[in-house]
Amino acid sequence: MCTVCGCGDATVEGHHDHGHGHRHHHDHGHGDLHFGEGAAGVAVAGMTQERIIEVETSILAKNDGYAAVNRAFFAGRGVLALNLVSSPGSGKTTLLCKTIEALGDQPLAVIEGDQQTANDAERIRATGAQAVQVNTGKGCHLDGHMVGHALEHLKLKPGSLLFIENVGNLVCPAAFDLGEDAKVAILSVTEGEDKPLKYPDMFTAARLAVLNKTDLAPHCDVDLGLYEENLRRVNPGIEVLRVSARTGEGMAGWLGWLRERLAEKAELAG
Amino acid sequence: MHEMSLCEGICNVIEEQARIHAIGHVRRVRVELGKFAGVEKPALEFAFEVVMRGTVAEGAVLEMIDLPGKAMCFDCMIEVEIADRLDPCPRCGGGKLMPVGGDEMRIKDLEVA
Repeated sequence: MCTVCGCGDATVEGHHDHGHGHRHHHDHGHGDLHFGEGAAGVAVAGMTQERIIEVETSILAKNDGYAAVNRAFFAGRGVLALNLVSSPGSGKTTLLCKTIEALGDQPLAVIEGDQQTANDAERIRATGAQAVQVNTGKGCHLDGHMVGHALEHLKLKPGSLLFIENVGNLVCPAAFDLGEDAKVAILSVTEGEDKPLKYPDMFTAARLAVLNKTDLAPHCDVDLGLYEENLRRVNPGIEVLRVSARTGEGMAGWLGWLRERLAEKAELAG
Repeated sequence: MHEMSLCEGICNVIEEQARIHAIGHVRRVRVELGKFAGVEKPALEFAFEVVMRGTVAEGAVLEMIDLPGKAMCFDCMIEVEIADRLDPCPRCGGGKLMPVGGDEMRIKDLEVA
């Protein structure tokens, strides 16, 4: 379990006081425990019918509501929003910086999610693109609410490309809809071919996997074919691109994929 | 994975229901969890107790109901039930399975006093 998630520690850079409090509770302290072994109790004995209130509501209904508002905002402006998910250190920010340079005058913006520091947003701004940093505090993922606030700080032209760089984490961001058009998983070749099998939810939720840092493959005895095989084992429909943001190898395929999605979105927006 | 924020979600829904139905106290909360929802039940139970303190559901029993994992087999082109995320297709033994059910996280009902 993550220490604490989704509570009020999140701050949007330059925007700290937004008038609604969140409660959080930090008083759990367990050591070497293994969760996930137990079965759920399903006993319904003792339930009295007249006192049952049917709810049938998703636990994430509140987040889904914020995500729907974001999605409508993107649709209204023909903005293509991509939720970039990965482990920490997969090379997301470097890939983004190179992508922004290569896309030239394509209008775009970046929302950077991290627990702490504005380092990544500063790296993005150095390319000339607009960026807003969202610090989640102790939280392990961005949620629809945080992204909605971040959008207030960006000037998105119609037809823009919006990259949402999620917190580096292959678990929680899979479950939290931000209103994006697609999730793009970025994994670096140094992480191990079995990464998709260890964290299947994230790679199932992703439309595209970018296998980054391919220039390092010869130095770390990695089997790129096995990487792809494992990705398709958890998600038979996933698209895979091999890229080295550092050398530029494979970048054309990635840029082509982005342009195709932008064209699709423009068509939808009419 | 993020059981504390899931409990915050449960809490939001309960508080809304409490307003609508003028509920004094919630005794039991039943949630349905898909096998592939990634929820750690002991962690959810722990977080539930903590998050519900000071609310209408303080001390309520959390009951968790398992929903089966379902996947589309890309070889058989039918939906099959699987127990584990990486299990092969029970019909053909193939591995090209796309989960299509089992990611549910739903509050089913509340027993109130």
